[in-house]
Amino acid sequence: MNAKLIIGLAVSAALASISLSAQAGNAAGSLDAKTAEIVKRDFRDKGIAKATRVNQDELQAMCSKYIDKLPPKLKTRLEAEQTDAIKWPADGKYMGDWKAGEKLAQSGRGMTWSDKAEDPAGGNCYNCHQLSAKEIAFGTIGPSLLNFGKIRGNTEANQRYTYSRIYNAKAMNACANMPRFGHMGILSEAQIKDLVALLLDPESPVNK
Amino acid sequence: MNTSNVKKLIPLLLLATSCAATAAESEISDSDRIAQYREMISDGNPADFDEMRGEELWKTVAGPKQATLEKCDLGKGAGVVKGVYAELPRYFKDTGMVQDLESRLLTCMTTLQGIPEEEITAKPFASDKKASDISSLASYVVGQSKGIKMAVSTKHPKAKEAYEIGKRIFNYRAGPYDFACSTCHATSNVRIRMQDLPNLNVKKDAQTAYASWPAYRVSQGLTRSFQWRLNDCFRQQRFPEPKFASEATVALTMFLAVGANGGEYAGPGLKR
Repeated sequence: MNAKLIIGLAVSAALASISLSAQAGNAAGSLDAKTAEIVKRDFRDKGIAKATRVNQDELQAMCSKYIDKLPPKLKTRLEAEQTDAIKWPADGKYMGDWKAGEKLAQSGRGMTWSDKAEDPAGGNCYNCHQLSAKEIAFGTIGPSLLNFGKIRGNTEANQRYTYSRIYNAKAMNACANMPRFGHMGILSEAQIKDLVALLLDPESPVNK
Repeated sequence: MNTSNVKKLIPLLLLATSCAATAAESEISDSDRIAQYREMISDGNPADFDEMRGEELWKTVAGPKQATLEKCDLGKGAGVVKGVYAELPRYFKDTGMVQDLESRLLTCMTTLQGIPEEEITAKPFASDKKASDISSLASYVVGQSKGIKMAVSTKHPKAKEAYEIGKRIFNYRAGPYDFACSTCHATSNVRIRMQDLPNLNVKKDAQTAYASWPAYRVSQGLTRSFQWRLNDCFRQQRFPEPKFASEATVALTMFLAVGANGGEYAGPGLKR
């Protein structure tokens, strides 16, 4: 076998593998498109949950496509966009009432088709996090937030950080499991402040 | 099931109700509690009633065509119910579609019995006011696969495609909360409140979870079908409602069933 033939074979093998991987890419792309088409057709309005909810924003679409493991550049860009969209409190205050926050944290209701439009959404916090030591029925999908304020301190910088984290957890981690409570209009500014207080107020059961 | 078994079940049903009422105050996890409860009634499951109802329906003439379902082909030939559920969903030549048990029962009820599809799909799930025929039929059929290993094939290109689409639906994040199935079911050893969650990307969890549906739901006092299970997941995901027996639900079922392959089917199960 001469050198030219070997080079020729190597080149054609390389070309074949490129075209194969392009085909695989196309197949995945067409399956993504077909999935989107099926989902749009097969879900319907029920109560307050309208069919349009299956329409994804870019962040949802990318986190779905990459199964929550984004390429670094895309991750950085999406997080920057989410951060830019945070609406900070006009009065510059971040802390509300921890007692109202605890009530909100307990409620797992809101936005399902069996909820009513006039029913306020809960914070769903205990579904995934430990908060007050008194509440033993807490979920573990998110980290424990017991003693959150005691550990981190009730500084203004930390209040602002905590507010942003609840307002839009995706600003820090694009494909986080946690909903974007402010960004998506689930909770109001006042409600988010109540949750900040639940986490940071020294009197809150989270820090007792 | 004989009469003495039925009698045995009545006090258990009462127990089920009290169990549901106290579960919220309990310190132990729901899973532990339900495990204790399962042990207590290991020789009977209230879902047996629904299986019996389904068997009656299967053998009784109904619909404008006055036919039974005994000629229904669930994948192993007309009338065969033994072991069919362990191989569903599958591709069916006559419809040119991949179908799960409930969508296939829908085909049989409309073609063999002449029942209008809308009449079945309007209220496909049981409620405390009214039983659901298609749901009871599903309970009967799955019971005939008890103890059989799950062996769902993706050989047919359409079955393979359904699996791939189902996998994408499993990871499809949308809605006001950005949730996908995977938000709660792709991590091991986590729970919501006290409810343990299976990681459906892990073989053992996927097998155990799939093998236990359909199931009698103690807190609801009803036997729930697999389509119902998916429907309620999407409700909690804050999604709109998936259409009954739609391609999206069948594809997702395909993904979950293949994940459970090799595991012994054990339904109808018993849940909190």
